[in-house]
Amino acid sequence: MTEPILRVRDLCVSYGKVEALHHLDITVEPGQIVAVIGPNGAGKTTMLSAIMGLLPSSGEIEFQGELQRACEVEHLVAMGMTLVPEKRELFSEMSVEDNLLLGAFQRFHAGERDQGRTMDQVFATFPRLKERRAQLAGTLSGGERQMVAVGRALMAKPKLLMLDEPSLGLAPMVVREIFHIIAGLRGLGVAVLLVEQNARAALQISDHGCVLETGGVVLAGESRALANDPRVVQTYLGLGGARP
Amino acid sequence: MDLQIALLLGQDGVVNGAIYALLALALVLVYAVTRVIFIPQGEFVAYGALTLAAIQAGKTPGTLWLLLGAGVAVALVDAFVALRDSRPRRLARIALWNLALPLAVVGMARWLEPARLPLVAQVAFALAIVVPLGPMLYRLVYQPLAEASVLVLLIVSMAAHLALVGLGLFFFGAEGSRTPPFSDARIELGAVAVNGQTLWVLGASVVLIAALYRFFGRSLYGKALRATALNRVGARLMGISTTMAGKLSFTVAAGIGAFSGILIAPITTVYYDTGFLIGLKGFVAAIIAGLASYPAAAAGAILVGLLEAFSSFWASAFKEVIVFTLIIPVLLFRSLTSRHAEEEE
Repeated sequence: MTEPILRVRDLCVSYGKVEALHHLDITVEPGQIVAVIGPNGAGKTTMLSAIMGLLPSSGEIEFQGELQRACEVEHLVAMGMTLVPEKRELFSEMSVEDNLLLGAFQRFHAGERDQGRTMDQVFATFPRLKERRAQLAGTLSGGERQMVAVGRALMAKPKLLMLDEPSLGLAPMVVREIFHIIAGLRGLGVAVLLVEQNARAALQISDHGCVLETGGVVLAGESRALANDPRVVQTYLGLGGARP
Repeated sequence: MDLQIALLLGQDGVVNGAIYALLALALVLVYAVTRVIFIPQGEFVAYGALTLAAIQAGKTPGTLWLLLGAGVAVALVDAFVALRDSRPRRLARIALWNLALPLAVVGMARWLEPARLPLVAQVAFALAIVVPLGPMLYRLVYQPLAEASVLVLLIVSMAAHLALVGLGLFFFGAEGSRTPPFSDARIELGAVAVNGQTLWVLGASVVLIAALYRFFGRSLYGKALRATALNRVGARLMGISTTMAGKLSFTVAAGIGAFSGILIAPITTVYYDTGFLIGLKGFVAAIIAGLASYPAAAAGAILVGLLEAFSSFWASAFKEVIVFTLIIPVLLFRSLTSRHAEEEE
């Protein structure tokens, strides 16, 4: 078996005395989409922030087989990890094109000069962004902003893309479109760690899934199996179950 | 007052205003990127002018030793961090920028005899000594406090300012210096004679502002600085390190400061503490712009320059008072018209 892209072991994060994550383990294999579902406040966003180095944490984070000790965000970005945060964090007073270009900043800094080609690929994935390229990011609709956020992350040519609630606040039609695109990332060789409240959609497009509750993984397995697990069906999918 | 005097004062005001505009732009930049109110900006003005004057007088400018000392200090701090994080590969880079570069400048000072070089080379040399002090200052003083509140950073700025003024007195003494003008040309424009240095100041300011505009609008590093100012978290997630952005903005600010000092050195006598007042007037202009808008800062700077020139004619004893009092109606107007924004999210 090949080496996993990301292997997290025994991850603990505390806010003061409150332990938000305890002894969390998660693994993402190359080309895999792993979904993390769970209720509000379970620690999903905390987990992503800790992996990305935005929060101090204890435990082991192995990225592409290399143990990340003093993880700085900038260093992890350079290694090929990106995070699309829940709030998108776009540069709203800059154009769509500039937002995308800045997504490739780390690679530009390292001397790579293929931003034009990468941008063409992003435009191929999100044709709508090409029409909007000169528009300020802050003037876009919610769905388009999410596309900019994902497109900007792809500009870094990541090995691992982490998405925090990409469906949040979007209309069902747009959610479907975004998830379709996420599912298509497999073809680009990008591994995805997807944190999502929309459990049905998340389990549909992912290979592997786990359920996070009050700071720990309570259930994990193949997405297809999870989608039919009675505990998941009852709590997260509602009556009727999932259509695998 | 007749037309000729008005034109003279206007010319004076616009020339000073151009300098204030440059400083105001640097202040807005530094504040937007790092939230530091860069009071020591004025010291870079004085250091630029006095370093050039010392070079022209054939003396070794004291700032050269400051550069060496600051370089060693930064190298030690950075080396400690690199070893602590077990990243020894960084050491070479650290040594290159903080030890080798200052030593190269010292070496040039020893062997090239800059006093005999043409003016352009002397200016470049003065800039090479003073500008690296900007990022070094950031590294030593501000970077450890990058997450501190605006107020703490302001107090630190005050301390850095006082320290740098003191060092200025130590390096250059209490006497002021004036350098010869860049050119002796004079142009008669109707009733007013415009001298060459005036044109130099105006031309250089316009070119520098255009260059900054291009830097922020076109280059990815300029965009990265704007991105950091707009959204720090978003920028970090793109791999734009806050430290890099801070150092870059301090480099630009130090460059603008030192170059402004070199531009005005032939117009007014610069003392070790002259920079503070000049920097403060740039600060008034930046406040007019709410520390946010670059064009408004430039416009505010011209206003400050004109106000200063005309009040020095009508009420010269109150010239500074009038300029700094301008800040009160501006702040009143701003606090009444703008929504109150929370300082931190």
